Amino acid sequence: MEYLFIIVSAIFVNNIMLAQFLGTCPFIGVSNKLSTATGMSMAVCFVMTLATLVTYLLNKYLLLPLGLGFLQTIAFILVIAALVQMVEIVLKKVSPSLYQALGIYLPLITTNCAVLGVAINVVTKQFTFGGGPSHMLNLGEAVVYSFATALGYGLAMVLFAGLREHLALNDVPKDFKGVPIAFITIGILALAFMGFSGIV
Amino acid sequence: MAAKSNLLNMVLCLTLTCLACSAVLGGIYAMTKEPIDQTNAKILSDSIKAVLPEGGELSGAKTEGDLEYYEYNAGGAVTAYAVKSTTSGFGGPLTLMVGVLPDGTVYNTSVLSHTETPGLGAKCTTDPVFTEQWKNFGPEKILAVKKDHGDVDAITASTITSRAYTEAVKQAVDLVKSLAKEDGNE
Amino acid sequence: MNNRLQTFTRGLVKENPTYVLLLGLCPTLATTTSAINGLSMGLATLFVLVLSNMAISAIARFVPDKVHIPVYIVVIATFVTVLQLLMQAYTPAIYSALGVFIPLIVVNCIVLGRAEAFAGKNGILDSALDGLGVGAGFIISLTVLGMVREILGTGSVFGWKFISGDGILAFVMAPGAFLCMGYLMVLFNKYLKK
Repeated sequence: MEYLFIIVSAIFVNNIMLAQFLGTCPFIGVSNKLSTATGMSMAVCFVMTLATLVTYLLNKYLLLPLGLGFLQTIAFILVIAALVQMVEIVLKKVSPSLYQALGIYLPLITTNCAVLGVAINVVTKQFTFGGGPSHMLNLGEAVVYSFATALGYGLAMVLFAGLREHLALNDVPKDFKGVPIAFITIGILALAFMGFSGIV
Repeated sequence: MAAKSNLLNMVLCLTLTCLACSAVLGGIYAMTKEPIDQTNAKILSDSIKAVLPEGGELSGAKTEGDLEYYEYNAGGAVTAYAVKSTTSGFGGPLTLMVGVLPDGTVYNTSVLSHTETPGLGAKCTTDPVFTEQWKNFGPEKILAVKKDHGDVDAITASTITSRAYTEAVKQAVDLVKSLAKEDGNE
Repeated sequence: MNNRLQTFTRGLVKENPTYVLLLGLCPTLATTTSAINGLSMGLATLFVLVLSNMAISAIARFVPDKVHIPVYIVVIATFVTVLQLLMQAYTPAIYSALGVFIPLIVVNCIVLGRAEAFAGKNGILDSALDGLGVGAGFIISLTVLGMVREILGTGSVFGWKFISGDGILAFVMAPGAFLCMGYLMVLFNKYLKK
């Protein structure tokens, strides 16, 4: 039950993109077409879950026991960068077809602040789900939370890419063309997602 | 321009950079540790002072169940408690510092952190009608919002936040009541 | 000398990091719930930008080509952590208001972007000026967006209330950030980007 709350909360209520603004740059960058948006979402899902798992363990079993909590930022970004490289190399060898689908998005993910943001939030913030007591997440919850967050990011991206494909066919005033109208559309989409607030 | 890469200078360069950076950080950490601890201690003691009457000696942090609390001692007896109480509000955790006298009277409350909606639930920190009612909230009054047949005036259009706030205060009062009973038996 | 001046002013309007280059959007949107928050975030970024630009331009010559990005990231992350520690010690209220977005300066594309595009190829003084210029541009964008949202959302500016009543709350929340950003970009395109 608790996991269900986490999933609903991470995907809809606190959508990482539409409510927390993490990962805006790649969101604007790759949401031109539905196919690229899907590819990027899958890559983010993969890396975000893995990165949260690794950084959670690193923080709990290495940084905190040694009293090195202040190295969190620097350690996490290095781990994520190394992880992305490793995933890229492994995918290339093990599953060339998957590499073809995700490969070009992987290098972009290192600087996607959503990945680092979730990793940091999970180890520093308290969460409450479904009216339960607030607490730090345990390993299982952290992994479910990060995966659901990535799904929410993907959902927002795919929805928006669909809208943007239609926008491209419409006659938009000159100064609104491109990114400005995209922002206004995201604003309206975010307004719609606000309707979910308070359900869990 | 940049030097040509080979295995040796790549490894050397990365190692040196990491060493230099961690040395700098270690130094800065050692320098700022004391100010950070002082700042945190000051934030804590200010938040306690805000909800309790002056006087007596403040104890260190004690815990009972999930709750963290502090005691004011004067002449060997506890004169007041400050309880850090967290519940889940509309947007996420809502953490209060609640000052309670041994008879269960709420002396005052203050919000330590919250993620409520700006302009709605976030009024729990600013709305005078809501915040003032907690001063000397007697033990005879019922800790529940009026909608739930209690004596707490809820914030307009923010029942969930008001309920969470009330629940946090109730947790604190219940803790103090059980603590005071133990002290009385001793 | 003129060149130096240009290095500085370029970042303000012509290559404004947010409205023109679309870099560093996450902190721009997330921290501009009020003018003062926007300004603080801008200053924090400026601090990291100037120092990392200077450090990187000083060491760039000795860094082998293939590992320059990881080295830059480590340098930037170091300055971000220094900033975190200093803010925790001396400005705890602002630190907790900006939350996770302070450590996220590490992945702000503006910082790595300037390191890669400018600091790696230019002298220390020029890099510092470039950092100051781009940082100032970023501060202006954030403060303006923060002011617009604060005025529409709460009827006040820098905490000084001049319209009674609640204001349009949606502008302080997420949707308002996107809407304001969109409309500000339209105005920027129409009047300034020539």
